[in-house]
Amino acid sequence: MGSEVVHALRGVSLDIGKGEYVAIMGPSGSGKSTLMNLLGCLDTPSEGEFLLNDKNVATLNDNQLAEIRNREIGFVFQSFNLLPRSDALHNVELPLIYSGVAKGERREMARSALAHVGLENRMHHRPNELSGGQRQRVAIARALVNNPSIVLADEPTGNLDSRTGEEILALFDQLSRKGNTIIVVTHEEEVALHARRVIRLRDGLIAVDELNIRYRTAPTVGGGISPPPIA
Amino acid sequence: MITTSELRETFLIAVAALRANVLRSGLTTLGVVIGIVTVTLMGTAINGLNNAFQKSIATLGSDTLFIQRFAWFSNDDWRVVRNRRPMTMQNARDVERMATLAAAVSVESNFGGTVTYDKKKARGVWIMGNTDRSIDVRGLSIAKGRWFSPAEISSARNVCVLGNYLAERFFPNQSPLGHRVKVNEIQYEVVGVIDKMGTFFTGFNMDNQIVIPVTRFEGDFQERPDYQIIVKVKDVTRLDDAEEELRGIMRKLRRIEPGLPDDFAINRQEAFLNFFRAVGGTIAAVGLFITSLSLFVGGIGIMNIMFVSVAERTKEIGIRKAIGAKRRSILLQFLVEAALITLFAGILGILVAWPLTLVINQFMAAQMSWWLVAIALLVSVLTGVIAGFIPAWRASNLDPVEALRAE
Ligand SMILES: Nc1ncnc2c1ncn2[C@@H]1O[C@H](COP(=O)(O)OP(=O)(O)OP(=O)(O)O)[C@@H](O)[C@H]1O
Ligand SMILES: [Mg+2]
Repeated sequence: MGSEVVHALRGVSLDIGKGEYVAIMGPSGSGKSTLMNLLGCLDTPSEGEFLLNDKNVATLNDNQLAEIRNREIGFVFQSFNLLPRSDALHNVELPLIYSGVAKGERREMARSALAHVGLENRMHHRPNELSGGQRQRVAIARALVNNPSIVLADEPTGNLDSRTGEEILALFDQLSRKGNTIIVVTHEEEVALHARRVIRLRDGLIAVDELNIRYRTAPTVGGGISPPPIA
Repeated sequence: MITTSELRETFLIAVAALRANVLRSGLTTLGVVIGIVTVTLMGTAINGLNNAFQKSIATLGSDTLFIQRFAWFSNDDWRVVRNRRPMTMQNARDVERMATLAAAVSVESNFGGTVTYDKKKARGVWIMGNTDRSIDVRGLSIAKGRWFSPAEISSARNVCVLGNYLAERFFPNQSPLGHRVKVNEIQYEVVGVIDKMGTFFTGFNMDNQIVIPVTRFEGDFQERPDYQIIVKVKDVTRLDDAEEELRGIMRKLRRIEPGLPDDFAINRQEAFLNFFRAVGGTIAAVGLFITSLSLFVGGIGIMNIMFVSVAERTKEIGIRKAIGAKRRSILLQFLVEAALITLFAGILGILVAWPLTLVINQFMAAQMSWWLVAIALLVSVLTGVIAGFIPAWRASNLDPVEALRAE
């Protein structure tokens, strides 16, 4: 770490309601991943506070945070963060292991999550035996396997061709319709179009926070998405 | 609570980590291996010593007092005690007559000599002079024939009783009874054979003996034999009283002025017991010192390797924590890894120690016992847990974001 203090985020104030579908955009280095880490209870702000379900995260202890990360949040990392020595199935099983799901049920859940992202025939491959897009899909399957109420995805389609990318986005749309909160970091406008709300960061500040263009022009139509009201 | 699925995962990770680093882990376990080898060898040796001792001590008898010129295992100044007068036969007769707390009194003398039969010759045989009462006092049993009669003792007949080993050696396919063997060119007729007695814990073969009437000693072998008077007491709980009585009798018989020290010693089994305790204690102290030193050094090595392991897997720790692993899961993961390394070291140590105990077994009946194996394994696992604690603690307290950033 250098001697200069870097403020990855400053003066960010936002409120995301339950069941919202939010896209976060901004140039590289603008603080998107940093914001995701805060929202995912991995990091705590050096200043200011973050309330999750009306609870100040700073007051929670390590175990409680671990439990929230395990049960409430599905995190798709920008760099996947898969265990290199474990195969796809075991990687997807991991959250279930830490939440104590018994082996048989766990296997079944992990298999079906992998099948959802089209990887049923790659279950026993290790990350280094998978393509970039396949790794991304394993990461997505792992994030979704525990049925989290909040899905945080950092560039989830960055390594996917447009067709697989669309499939993943359709999956997110489906989850959104079921009432899950979805926050997606992206730099592609087409991806952001799936979200109801778009937040644009620049140098650690919120530059724009607005309803998606589709909802401004025609709030009731748009690809079968029926977003809940903003809190 | 840690669930079973998590426990399973913990073991799988630890085993995978070990398999990935067999050589590295193997080298660092050397200290622990040495520690376990010493602790098992020490335990086996003490155990063997104990067994041998228990058996030998029985031949001395806990209810027996030995009146002799010198005290066993004493620090008496040799220049002072070497001129003590020998015990005489008359002393023994008087003790037998006067001691009220004695059940039986025997007079003995012995030396090492050569025994021959026909053309067979046995050197270094334990030649004992006994009385008719010695069979009771010494607690012997007869395998063949009989013991001496009082008449044979008082008339100093040329009869003998053979130790089992000597009998086998001279008379492999026939009964020795009635044959004559020679001790220092004097012939003795064999009237009995003693049951097998075994080896004294000093390594002395007690079956390589021949017993003759003690009354023959003076004429046949020595000018003034050094007799010892052995007293079996009536009541073992009054051993101290019996000793005091004997002391009084002996002082009177030997005309020792009040205030002057005894010129004899009354020994008992306890002296051996104390000596044995001292030997066992020394072995234990030295063994424990080497053990703890090597376990300490080994533990430092394990701690080091665990630090390396934690550093190498920082990213993995970050991933696990990000996904919901709690501190205790990470802590347990690394503790199990360290404990498994030292457990293997312990098993290796036992495998190394095993053939060495067989070597010890050549000298005394010593076997590696199951409880010793269990203790050794427990100690090795404990070493791993203690040595691995700080690295594991550090791993469990890593910040997830920081850890994820590691390569
Ligand atoms: N541990 C750190 N130490 C110092 N600076 C950091 C650290 N982490 C992030 N930063 C800085 O914070 C800023 C925001 O980083 P962040 O990773 O959030 O960007 P991003 O918007 O996700 O970019 P990208 O689109 O490239 O992923 C960057 O300028 C980065 O250099
Ligand atoms: Mg980023």
